[in-house]
Amino acid sequence: MAESPILALRGINKSFGAVQVLHNVDFDVYSGEVMALVGDNGAGKSTLVKCVGGIYSIDSGEVQFEGSPVAIHSPRDAAAYGIEIVYQDLALCDNLDIVENMFLGRELLKRTRDLDEAAMEQRARDTLIGLSVRTVKSVRQVVSSLSGGQRQTVAIAKAVLWNNKVVLLDEPTAALGVAQTRQVLDLVRRLADSGLGVVLISHNMNDVMEVADRITTLFLGRVAAEVNRRDVTYSQVVELITAGRTGNIGLKPATAAESA
Amino acid sequence: MTTPGAGDPSAAAKVPVAPGTPGGAGASSAPDVGGFTGDAGESTLAGAARAYLAKVRGGEPGALPALFGLVVLVIAFSNLTKVFLTVGNLANLPGQAGPTIIIAMGLVFVLLLGEIDLSAGTAGGVCAMTMALVLTKHGDLHSALKNGMYGAVIIVMLLGLAVAFWQRIWPATIVVVLGLAIMLTHVGEHVWIGMFLAMATGTAIGCVTGFLVARVGIPSFVVTLAFFLAWQGIIIAFAGTGGSISLGNYYPVIGLAHRNIPPTGGWLIYAVFVGGYAGVTIFRAWHRRSRHLSSEPMALVLVRVVGLAIIGLFVVYFLNKNRQTNSAGTPIRGMPWVVPLILILLVVLTLLLTKTRFGRHLYAVGGNAEAARRAGIDVRRIRISAFAMNSTLAGVGGIALASYTGGVPLDIGGGNTLLFAVGAAVVGGTSLFGGRGRIRDAVLGGTVISLIPNGLLLKNNLNASFQYVITGAFLLLAAAVDAFGRRKSAS
Repeated sequence: MAESPILALRGINKSFGAVQVLHNVDFDVYSGEVMALVGDNGAGKSTLVKCVGGIYSIDSGEVQFEGSPVAIHSPRDAAAYGIEIVYQDLALCDNLDIVENMFLGRELLKRTRDLDEAAMEQRARDTLIGLSVRTVKSVRQVVSSLSGGQRQTVAIAKAVLWNNKVVLLDEPTAALGVAQTRQVLDLVRRLADSGLGVVLISHNMNDVMEVADRITTLFLGRVAAEVNRRDVTYSQVVELITAGRTGNIGLKPATAAESA
Repeated sequence: MTTPGAGDPSAAAKVPVAPGTPGGAGASSAPDVGGFTGDAGESTLAGAARAYLAKVRGGEPGALPALFGLVVLVIAFSNLTKVFLTVGNLANLPGQAGPTIIIAMGLVFVLLLGEIDLSAGTAGGVCAMTMALVLTKHGDLHSALKNGMYGAVIIVMLLGLAVAFWQRIWPATIVVVLGLAIMLTHVGEHVWIGMFLAMATGTAIGCVTGFLVARVGIPSFVVTLAFFLAWQGIIIAFAGTGGSISLGNYYPVIGLAHRNIPPTGGWLIYAVFVGGYAGVTIFRAWHRRSRHLSSEPMALVLVRVVGLAIIGLFVVYFLNKNRQTNSAGTPIRGMPWVVPLILILLVVLTLLLTKTRFGRHLYAVGGNAEAARRAGIDVRRIRISAFAMNSTLAGVGGIALASYTGGVPLDIGGGNTLLFAVGAAVVGGTSLFGGRGRIRDAVLGGTVISLIPNGLLLKNNLNASFQYVITGAFLLLAAAVDAFGRRKSAS
């Protein structure tokens, strides 16, 4: 695709004290595509996501949204641009039901200032139908009664509810079984198909190879390569993750060796 | 049924249909509940009963501990003494239970957050003492308080005001400002204004407590334990050399527990309350069903309405019976004024918790504070608001305590007041772990818990030690049920 990325990071650096976690990272997200972000533990995936989400500040570099540079200092800033993060630990309230969770903090009110339950329930249901979610029985089910896959579905649907443009998913399938992983991956695909820019962080190469359009590999805080999924093999991606290079793709041998 | 297919790029964009237009995705196709077959709700009573049983097994006992306690206590006490089940005795129950219920209603707010307020009883005592002083000293708190204590009171009020204003908790801000104005202008002599001052004092105290918990970060258990002791000292200091203050002549205060509503008034309250409940719940179930939203089966709604109507009928009928034992005396009949007060609080606070953003956020913070924070909820503000709400109701509870005892003794709100209130909330079904609880719980649990002193007082040879032990055991039992339920729902 020749179109310009909806979200672009240019030359991002981030240090925690003396440890530099991100080195000159460039990262692009395109509308309608799933961009996988892969890398070994400590490669800086989560740090990168948190920088985008406004939880960490960046030391230097530029974040561009729809082509123009933006400053994201807090999760609220990110939300205002339509960037939503689905965290690994989901951030759902067990004691509330699906509708209540999806609208948490952004409840719809009637003119009389009380909660508009009917409108919220209708919209939540429409969103889930739009995502072809068929796994929950009722949108009034309490979250504590849901399975891991269903919870993940609710968390993702919550991110979609607000007309977001970019959704970042941090290890959405890490805690799920086979069938549930299937449901979530289908959902991830549908998100991209409906026009969102999707970032999928995962350790599971099968998931990545199946659902991603592009793959960015991080190696010790550097971007080893950004590749088209169709252009690489499973083992090449694994090599990029573990060694930072494979064949003529990836970091220069010197850089890779120096970082290692 | 139409389904916006995968690959339809407008699927997500379509979502925000104008609120109120049913079925943005498939308005044309009749009942579009998508795959959500459960959303029509359990359509039969049997289905609803099954769902309820599943809930109980899943670790949510709801009102069951309260019902169990009610049955056990009634059987035990009616065997112990014949007087227990007489109208003359049970008519005392509203007055006895009133303070417990009102303080417990406040505690529900902090328990929902997984916090505790051990000072609710004595804070209510301070409020009642403040009220008693302005009532009996011509509204002049300044001359009533010695040794710079007046300055300390004003400082506490100002601190509460500062917290409320800074956190933008406007209702609390307004109430505390009015309270300060009453103190400074000496108009508290008027009984209704004096009662409002008690409430406002509670609000200020709650804001300070909430600040220490939510902002400074001291565990609520420690903050409120410190205040539990401190307020007891303040009450004694306020009373000064005068000792207890009698309020026998101040009728709106005393009347709460000791004046009765004429029988026709009682029936009127019954009609309004039951009729209102029936109207609202039946209309809601019908309305939601007609819009294909999830709803309860109409049969279940009707069962609840009829159940409430029957229980209310019995209560009002018995309270309206003459309970004057002396045949020559003037008849005593009707429900005490504290009953409508509790009903009003029940309705208003339930609406606050279930129909407003504030209520929703309170449950969210209690369920998962981190999730609430990420959803953009100001968790500290919610915490402080909950403590403010709690102490405000403790102030109202303090008035009810003063009403029942006929004045303000030096130990008001101390002893087992707090234990009863916590017990009431927990027995009624509010969880000590946060996230689960209703205002209704305070009413149910408070009624049951108050049967203990009511029954034991009838036996002169059973002394106070029994009351303490039995109440403690009850609280422990209810807390065990709560903990067990939590373990079950976590597994």
